[in-house]
Amino acid sequence: MSPSEAGAAEARRYTRKDFESDQDVRWCPGCGDYAILSAVQKFMPDLDIPKENIVFISGIGCSSRFPYYMNTYGFHTIHGRAPAIATGLKLARPDLKIFVVTGDGDGLSIGGNHMLHVLRRNVDLTVLLFNNRIYGLTKGQYSPTSEQGKVTKSTPMGSADRPINPLAFALGCSATFVGRTIDRDMRHMEEMLRRAAHHKGTGFLEILQNCNVYNDMAWSVVYEKESKLQHELRLEHGKPLLFGPPDDRKAVVMEGVTPKVVSAKGVPESALWIHDEANVNAAKILADLWTPEFPVPIGVLTARQAPTYEDVLLEQEQRAISDRGPGDIAKLLVSGDTWKIE
Amino acid sequence: MSETVAPVKSTEKARKGLERAVIRFAGDSGDGMQLTGEQFTTESAWAGNDIATLPNFPAEIRAPAGTLFGVSSFQLQFGSQRVYTPGDRLDCLVAMNPAALKVHLRDLKPGGLLVVNTAAFDKRNLDKAGYAQNPLDDPALGERYRLHKVDMTALTLESIKDLALNTKEKDRTKNFFALGLVSWIYTRPLEPTLDWIKKKFAKQTSIAEANTRVLKAGHAFGETAEIFSEHYTVEAADMAPGLYRAMTGNRALAWGLLAAAERSKIPVVYGAYPITPASGVLEELAMHKRFRIRTIQAEDEIAAVTAAIGAAFGGAIGVTGSSGPGIALKGEGIGLAVTAELPLVIFNIQRAGPSTGMPTKTEQADLMQALYGRNSESPVVVLAPATPGDCFYVAYEAVRIATKYMVPVIVLSDGFLANGSEPWMIPDVSTLPPIEIQFRTAAEGFFPYLRDPATLSRPWVRPGTPGLEHRIGGIEKQDVTGNISYDPDNHDHMVKTRAEKVRRVAQEIPPTTINGPATGDLLVVGWGGTYGAIAAAVERAQTDGRSVASIHLRHLNPLPPDLGHILREYRKVLVPEINSGQLVRVLRAEYLVDAVGFNRVRGLPLASEELYEAIIQLIGSKS
Repeated sequence: MSPSEAGAAEARRYTRKDFESDQDVRWCPGCGDYAILSAVQKFMPDLDIPKENIVFISGIGCSSRFPYYMNTYGFHTIHGRAPAIATGLKLARPDLKIFVVTGDGDGLSIGGNHMLHVLRRNVDLTVLLFNNRIYGLTKGQYSPTSEQGKVTKSTPMGSADRPINPLAFALGCSATFVGRTIDRDMRHMEEMLRRAAHHKGTGFLEILQNCNVYNDMAWSVVYEKESKLQHELRLEHGKPLLFGPPDDRKAVVMEGVTPKVVSAKGVPESALWIHDEANVNAAKILADLWTPEFPVPIGVLTARQAPTYEDVLLEQEQRAISDRGPGDIAKLLVSGDTWKIE
Repeated sequence: MSETVAPVKSTEKARKGLERAVIRFAGDSGDGMQLTGEQFTTESAWAGNDIATLPNFPAEIRAPAGTLFGVSSFQLQFGSQRVYTPGDRLDCLVAMNPAALKVHLRDLKPGGLLVVNTAAFDKRNLDKAGYAQNPLDDPALGERYRLHKVDMTALTLESIKDLALNTKEKDRTKNFFALGLVSWIYTRPLEPTLDWIKKKFAKQTSIAEANTRVLKAGHAFGETAEIFSEHYTVEAADMAPGLYRAMTGNRALAWGLLAAAERSKIPVVYGAYPITPASGVLEELAMHKRFRIRTIQAEDEIAAVTAAIGAAFGGAIGVTGSSGPGIALKGEGIGLAVTAELPLVIFNIQRAGPSTGMPTKTEQADLMQALYGRNSESPVVVLAPATPGDCFYVAYEAVRIATKYMVPVIVLSDGFLANGSEPWMIPDVSTLPPIEIQFRTAAEGFFPYLRDPATLSRPWVRPGTPGLEHRIGGIEKQDVTGNISYDPDNHDHMVKTRAEKVRRVAQEIPPTTINGPATGDLLVVGWGGTYGAIAAAVERAQTDGRSVASIHLRHLNPLPPDLGHILREYRKVLVPEINSGQLVRVLRAEYLVDAVGFNRVRGLPLASEELYEAIIQLIGSKS
């Protein structure tokens, strides 16, 4: 490596500062979004991608202010449409690294259809879904992930809707990467961001995020120290599904086609459920686990390889060009039936 | 087997020269009338005629056989003079079944040629068409029209009885008997159809053989059967010399984009959701991947427009296409492109509405939607092609304007232009104006909303350009810096700036062509697909010695800079539209002229005869 090349490589070695924009961050004090922003800015240098090749696309909502705070390319668009905008962008510019930042309302209510289709198409981009189970920017109406019976400004007697489970939704859309992390666990969040961002295909990451103004401690089950110790199930590829405090370890095992929690003591090694990220059927069972009956799974539920949307389409384009040469409008205009008038 | 009610004057086949003729093929939607019409059109193009076509088919894919609503038809006018429209009244109607006769007979001129397939006039079909008695048995029919009753089914089956095809396959070729017969009546060359059969059924030799034989049998039947007293020739039209091809509006829109992609050297991303009558553009583009046209069949109309916007943000030409109902759904997305100041082209192939309306029928009632159909102050450029072939130039021009001014451009085509075809002189693409796209790469002094003084457009930056990382969005932004701004004066300034940017597109508009005297009694102002009907009606009035002129607007926003002046040179202004009066309102509001409308909203092109009468009435009412 010549000194100048080394210099260029050195110049490309970013720190989190390089990803901070000059805009004042305007989320409420104490919002979980600050932690997410910080984690994203921190892990960005690990991507090892020139920052001009990184684009953040968002819809509408508190989470969707995100692109303004990143010193990359960014587009704050309209409610729910970020996945569709990102799809068009990726098809035009497959060379870009695209992040879609969305929330539970933006991504699963008004934009649910686009989320479905970006996942099934497996467009190569990363979806960060901030799930706080409430509408924050519109000041506190229930969201599609709010628990049934939720009392909010728009549901004074409790919501009638049953909540959607983002992980089960994503798996139902044939997502090739599905993970979950928590805004209060910086190290895990960074690790999950890294995993999702390095995934080739659509990386879908649900981030349990706290709205301290309209829905404080919605995720108390994994926030409070004692509860977290009891209920959090860390998923690690190749490791058994074990959780709980050291003196009371429990295991999730399968009994027929039904998951079950048992004391880890006395479960023979052969009967343990070993987490396998390639096993999408297992992921579908994991996605539905929740307290009080089950622990709360955190980590990568599934990571699989599949052809991406833009690769398939651009391969067709290349094939069309190599088979018949690049398009020539003058030739096309005179193709087929023509006649001359003297 | 066949007989005629019309008196046979002579057995000698007299050839009579015609200036023009209007023919309609009508039958069940399974009878292949569209194909028959298209082939007849090709034959007429070969004969050197000018042509205009009007396909008309039910929205149902396979409507129940024999029903009135299942009737499909294809009309064309061809002539040795300039042909502006597919024609109003028919010189010849081919009715393949009772339902087709019932639906279309009213359009046949008295004394017109009526050719029917008697085999289809059985009890079952008569019942379905609502005929209590067989109308062919009524002597009045033969007195009013030159009726030719031909058992096409029997003649067809007879001519291919030795071929190893089943009865259904054999029966399906009878449309080519009709085609052969009418080709003989109007002295059309069979070669293009014979060539077509050879290519189409290259791998199905017995079907190729059947169609060839049946076509020739129909032709020979005209020649030898003792029923047709005369047949006709229509001399080649006096058209500008050059190489021609048949062109439909949807194909022309697609090819205009291909030309734009080639000239601008950047890829096109076309986002669309299937909708009648716009799907043809998506399908056509999908066949041309070699031009770096990337099509997305999106999950919905909103995704279609936003994917195009995402592509534009990435430095590609973002295009979306739909019809009115889809455009309604795209409204918020178009607003985003307005405020993000990104180039975007939106095709609206208008159809009859409101709501689902009549999807396969034409209308031009989305002008107000194009001009104003979004929340808040949301100006866009609006263009409208005049003929099927003109769609090519308008699509190209839309890309040129959108990228030059960083603005959305709506193109208002319609169902008539989309499916109708005309002989189109193939242009020399090198004569098209260049599309010069310069992406900003210089970091020095860069701001996302820095403006070009001439066009007011902001710089277009491709993500991936080092040093120009920036954020844009739907929130109001400060001019120049692009930072979020809720400042009242800035908002007022930005509203005016976005409007002024669109107004400046007027500098792209060539002087308006006036067809007729530069001053006079009446000016007829049209836009979009009514061009032909208006031109025909106005020419006729001019031939009568009336002081009438017409202009046709291809630019609807902004309007041509010379329009206000032109409008004041005439005593009266008439605005024919297939809506309840939309352009006429704009002209009255914009120029304070007492323009009046001529409005028919029937899902059909304007009838030039009716318009001619309205012109005469309007001029006459004063003197």
